[in-house]
Amino acid sequence: MNYAWNWGVLVQPPYLEWLGQGIAMTLAVSIAAGIIALSLGTLIGIFHSSTSGAMRLVTGSYINLFRNVPLLLQMFLWFFVVPELLPKAAGTWLKRELPNPEIITAIVALGLFTASRIAVQVAAGIAAVPGGQSMAARASGLSTVQAYRLVLLPQAFRIVVPPLTSEFLTIFKNSSIALTIGVYELTARTQQIQSFTYQGFEAFTAATVVYMVIALTVTTLMTVIERRVAIPGQSARV
Amino acid sequence: MVEMIRINGLSKSYGDVPVLKNCSLDVARGEVVVICGPSGSGKSTFVKCINGIEPAQAGRIAIDGEDLPSKPAAAARIRARIGMVFQHFELYPHLTVMENICLAQIHVLKRSREEAKAKAHGLLRRVGLTDKEAAYPSQLSGGQQQRIAIVRALAMDPVAMLFDEPTSALDPEMIGEVLAVMLELAREGMTMVVVTHEMGFAKAAADRVVFMDCGEIVEIAETARFFAEPASERARLFLSRILAH
Ligand SMILES: Nc1ncnc2c1ncn2[C@@H]1O[C@H](COP(=O)(O)OP(=O)(O)OP(=O)(O)O)[C@@H](O)[C@H]1O
Ligand SMILES: [Mg+2]
Repeated sequence: MNYAWNWGVLVQPPYLEWLGQGIAMTLAVSIAAGIIALSLGTLIGIFHSSTSGAMRLVTGSYINLFRNVPLLLQMFLWFFVVPELLPKAAGTWLKRELPNPEIITAIVALGLFTASRIAVQVAAGIAAVPGGQSMAARASGLSTVQAYRLVLLPQAFRIVVPPLTSEFLTIFKNSSIALTIGVYELTARTQQIQSFTYQGFEAFTAATVVYMVIALTVTTLMTVIERRVAIPGQSARV
Repeated sequence: MVEMIRINGLSKSYGDVPVLKNCSLDVARGEVVVICGPSGSGKSTFVKCINGIEPAQAGRIAIDGEDLPSKPAAAARIRARIGMVFQHFELYPHLTVMENICLAQIHVLKRSREEAKAKAHGLLRRVGLTDKEAAYPSQLSGGQQQRIAIVRALAMDPVAMLFDEPTSALDPEMIGEVLAVMLELAREGMTMVVVTHEMGFAKAAADRVVFMDCGEIVEIAETARFFAEPASERARLFLSRILAH
């Protein structure tokens, strides 16, 4: 292979700055989407575990819709189609006046998509708490909300930490799809460097390393959390 | 005299399967009633209907003269006045013994942390488990867990206690320590409804025995009478089987 390696480009201006901006954007989009996904997903998961049929229909529809349509298509729909479907004034505002519409759209699309996946995990976690626990909580006079907050959710979240780790990892990887609607996140920046310098191998290697460092950090963090919340005397769940 | 628990015409079915058929029972203040009957006869369901954690389709329940509302949420306040002890303890595994005992005291009765802890200490001393307050349930034996579960219920100052087979999940050598606590409670005048196969406990503590079969209350009798000469053929058969063991 005749390839002139030149790792130096990565630290030359403006490419080093581009890489830095790309990393910052990837982190910002992923973390913001993660916050939306965790809060909305938890809420939907709780309602999905309720006994009300009407409620399950609503949450089930959300989950099926957002989980089964490809994320790439969802990004396009939110970015290109939704503004056209809205009342004219709202659509114009979205396209013209909303600052950084592509970033906001990417965060919302990634957040709503991941929320559907987290909702499934949370509902499964609640279902895995033995039925006698909610019975004991209610028998002692706790309200439904209190029973969830004090008894069911603390147990469900411990069950859900391992699958949540993989959801969080996926958010960072999925954030690269935002480049298709013009967000300059890490993958887009490396593409940009490659087209300016023709040193694509270096740029993509750098991106690979960054994604791996992010994944390692997330995994380590979640392991720490899992250890912290582990219940003394209970063997770790496999 | 106002009965502590009045159950009138209680009926319940799962789908088309009737589980409770027109059951009525009054329990006097300070009375101990033991419920027995074959597996699947509806004993657990009956007990869970008394404090409304299982909704019934028909019938009226009053606790200490106050009707239990049919809406589960509205019943929470009355439910808090009735202690319940389960076959599988149902301690909260993520909380320490002390936190288990204080949770409902703080969040339902709105007691301060100090008040709740003081209450817990007193009760733990009674059951001889003061050294376990910082332990988690999984670090305790079954017998210890069930005694803690009883303490957790008593901490709410209940007007009555419900037990659903409190010793069935225990190793034989631990049954005695739990029954001893229950016996002491009975002697102190606690109103108790106890589902159990421990006929020794029934003889020692129960004022009356209720015999259930196929969702029906077949017989209610004074304890001595129930064991000496049960009125129904079904109860006689049940007793001969269970006492043969
Ligand atoms: N959630 C449920 N859905 C459908 N059927 C149920 C449910 N819970 C209980 N049953 C049925 O109701 C009947 C009474 O059950 P219950 O648990 O009250 O009996 P039990 O007398 O407590 O039995 P055991 O001695 O085995 O504890 C049984 O036939 C059981 O199969
Ligand atoms: Mg039962």
